[in-house]
Amino acid sequence: MSALLQVEGLSVQFATDRGPVRAVEDLSFSVAAGETVAMVGESGSGKSTAALSLLRLIEPAGGQVSAGRILFDDVDLLGLSSRQLRGVRGSRIGMIFQDPMMALNPIFTIGWQISESLREHLGLSRRAARDRTIELLQRVGIPAPEQRIDQYPHNLSGGMRQRVMIAMALACRPSLLIADEPTTALDVTVQAQVLALINTLKDEFGMAVLLITHDLGVVWETAQRVVVMYAGRKVEEGSVSDVFERPEHPYTRGLLKTARLTDDRAGPLVEIPGTVPNAFEMPHGCRFAPRCAQAFARCEDGVPPDIKVAVGHDVACLLAERAP
Amino acid sequence: MKSFLHFWRRFRRNRAALVALFVLLAITLIAIVGPYVYTVDPFEMMGRASTPPSKRFWLGTDVSGRDVLAGLIHGARVSLLIGVAASLCATLVGLIVGAVAGYYGRAVDNILMRCTDFFLTIPSFVFAVVLIAIFRPSVTNVTIAIGIVSWPPVARLVRAEFIAQREREYVLAARALGMSDIEIMIRQILPNALPPVIVVSSLLVATAILTESGLSFLGLSDPNVISWGYMIGVGRTVLRLAWWMPAIPGIAILVTVLCINLVGEGLNDALNPRVQRR
Amino acid sequence: MSATLWFVIRRTLQVIPVVLAIAALNFLLLHLAPGDAADIIAAQSGGASAEFTAELRRSFGLDLPLYQQFFVYIGRLLTFDLGFSNVQHRPVFDLIAERVPATLLLMVVSIGFALLIGVALGIISAMRHRSWVDSVVSVIALLVYATPQFWLGLMLIVLFSIMFGTLPSGGMMTIATDMSVWERAVDIGRHLILPSITLALFYVAVYARLMRASMLEIYTFDFVTTARAKGLSETRVGLVHAASNALLPVITLAGVQVGHLLGGSILIETVFGWPGLGRLVFDALLQRDLNLLLGILFISSIVVVLANLAVDLLYGFLDPRIVHQ
Repeated sequence: MSALLQVEGLSVQFATDRGPVRAVEDLSFSVAAGETVAMVGESGSGKSTAALSLLRLIEPAGGQVSAGRILFDDVDLLGLSSRQLRGVRGSRIGMIFQDPMMALNPIFTIGWQISESLREHLGLSRRAARDRTIELLQRVGIPAPEQRIDQYPHNLSGGMRQRVMIAMALACRPSLLIADEPTTALDVTVQAQVLALINTLKDEFGMAVLLITHDLGVVWETAQRVVVMYAGRKVEEGSVSDVFERPEHPYTRGLLKTARLTDDRAGPLVEIPGTVPNAFEMPHGCRFAPRCAQAFARCEDGVPPDIKVAVGHDVACLLAERAP
Repeated sequence: MKSFLHFWRRFRRNRAALVALFVLLAITLIAIVGPYVYTVDPFEMMGRASTPPSKRFWLGTDVSGRDVLAGLIHGARVSLLIGVAASLCATLVGLIVGAVAGYYGRAVDNILMRCTDFFLTIPSFVFAVVLIAIFRPSVTNVTIAIGIVSWPPVARLVRAEFIAQREREYVLAARALGMSDIEIMIRQILPNALPPVIVVSSLLVATAILTESGLSFLGLSDPNVISWGYMIGVGRTVLRLAWWMPAIPGIAILVTVLCINLVGEGLNDALNPRVQRR
Repeated sequence: MSATLWFVIRRTLQVIPVVLAIAALNFLLLHLAPGDAADIIAAQSGGASAEFTAELRRSFGLDLPLYQQFFVYIGRLLTFDLGFSNVQHRPVFDLIAERVPATLLLMVVSIGFALLIGVALGIISAMRHRSWVDSVVSVIALLVYATPQFWLGLMLIVLFSIMFGTLPSGGMMTIATDMSVWERAVDIGRHLILPSITLALFYVAVYARLMRASMLEIYTFDFVTTARAKGLSETRVGLVHAASNALLPVITLAGVQVGHLLGGSILIETVFGWPGLGRLVFDALLQRDLNLLLGILFISSIVVVLANLAVDLLYGFLDPRIVHQ
């Protein structure tokens, strides 16, 4: 079975005063229909840029996909005309963002903003769009949707706003939802509710979810597979259970340790020493090598290849090579 | 010196500003030494009235047979002098009001900003007209009047800068060392708040020159000195016969103001690299 | 709904202290002016004695303490009494009132024109950021910023009424009695073209630059990305999502600049012989009619305050966030 979304060798760069900066380099991963894949990494790891570039939303911000393919239902999104691309955006792929306050237009009612999608893609009449919007608001758990529909984003709480964003993204029943840090800006108590809602709707609509997050707890609870990013590169990929129980990459291990999701929960709080390298001074070899306690000479020679350590579990680390 | 070189390197990058700076320096030079080189009295009748530009009068004569070129050279003096002096005046008032409001905050800030907003409400040109009509037009009075109507934007800017700076470590350190408020304001905060103020003051020079030209066009100029706006006003009466007469001083104003604005933009690029041009 | 009403009331009440301050400023200027009303009348009656002047002063209440005079002054303002023009021998208020409509017509037409063209140019510049249109608009704006408005007016007269002879060079209407209402409107319209273009051009540049900057800033906001992610066309993203938000600061500026516009219109009216407040200022200056000048300053300040109020209320209506703050 071919994947719903298949990303191959994706590289994204931004033009700056000091020359082009690669934000994402040679990234490959896939998302199967109905599956939830999480992409994790610290801020600056390129995970959000990667997510935005899937729908080519980084272009207006000065970003550019310099290499790779983004196959969605076997069609390369990078080859589409802007009109064709618009037919995919918001219709077959929905997207939600980190801060729903910023992501909603402050001067239009939420109902208007949801209806806009329906009218754009499904050609619904004003009336039909309104009815569908009320239905959608109900579906995402907004009480009294007939009243809420005419309210503005600032009238709603953070959690409610994110529900509105979800309603908007799902308005045209997409087969893939890209959720870029959907709970980061929300109160802790609301986070779980929003995640649960995404999960429920995923099953109900039969869609796949690409979840961008830095929170390993969220990954554990919602995703089937996980892609770990570091400094613009994928360092490890596999099923959540494999990666969490047998992390192969030192960085993944470090992340799991700091998140205290592993066995030594009671141990001291650990941090990975050092910082993410500067975009202009990327190491030639493994990008994690300067921070890696187990690094050896060859780590700096070249980019480590993806090594298969189990079925569907790859890691880009030379250590995996030595201990098969 | 080193910081000046650094500044100059940044400023030089803006070609338009660089060219404008040289044109402006040329105009300033003309304003300063011109009257000694071209010694024609701009008020004296030199020939027939309203003649077009010729070999004898390069820019023609005006309705009273006065040499337009002489007027232009002497007018440069007045325009630049009033422009710079009025801008300095407004900057000084704006600095004091803005610094005190921003540094002390609370009630002081509240009162001073209400005053500033109030002065922003009064239509500035009408206000200047009334002030000069009451106190009589002279170079000093015109300068002060333009200064009085131009300081509020400076005050707002300075206040914002002072608010941004007053909680910084270096200010807290200075306070801990027992420096007085005035010392802190002038010696510690002001140098850091100055770059955007310099930019705004330079642009104020341009606005002041435009305002002065409007005032003297209405007849509100010092009767003892010639100015470009006054020359336009004189030329206006013979617009149908001699359109070049008001056109020439107008072009002088346009070029001068354009150059000041371009230099101001260049200063902004060089001094406030935070505000990158997109 | 009551929140909106509360907002309107609160904002309207804020006008009162400002109006009082304007009155105080005018009162102060009146007293700074050399010679009071008594001196002037005494001078006009031809070398009056000191006793007569003192008598006049008493009858005008000019011998009272300053703060009492101020209350009297406020009381008179409340009955629209702005004093008497000793030059034109008519109440200042009447003189101003008959000139206000012409000035308002010129200002409203100019600002409407400036908003329309300026906002459109700003939107195009931002949506075609760094294209040739953007550069051309920027260069024109720079030139317009540096041009004295009244001089531009003169040059337009030279071009369009002296050289081409297509448009009237001054005045507000042709002197003729046998005109239908429609013909009269067209006539005024033709007279309005040059002065309103002259006055508007500066603001076209201002609004174009501001709208452009404001749009470019809005373009960096997340909700624009959301709109794109919804599959909307770039035109719709720009015009509906970005431009509508970017318009708010432009409207604010337009409100704040009413005072500036008034100043400009004084000069433009002088150039074009437009029978509004500007001409009145020019005449008052010629005749050194300080009472009239102060009256004009007072009324124009009030016009600015009211315009700011109107814009704030409009803003509260346009931006749903304001009312609730």
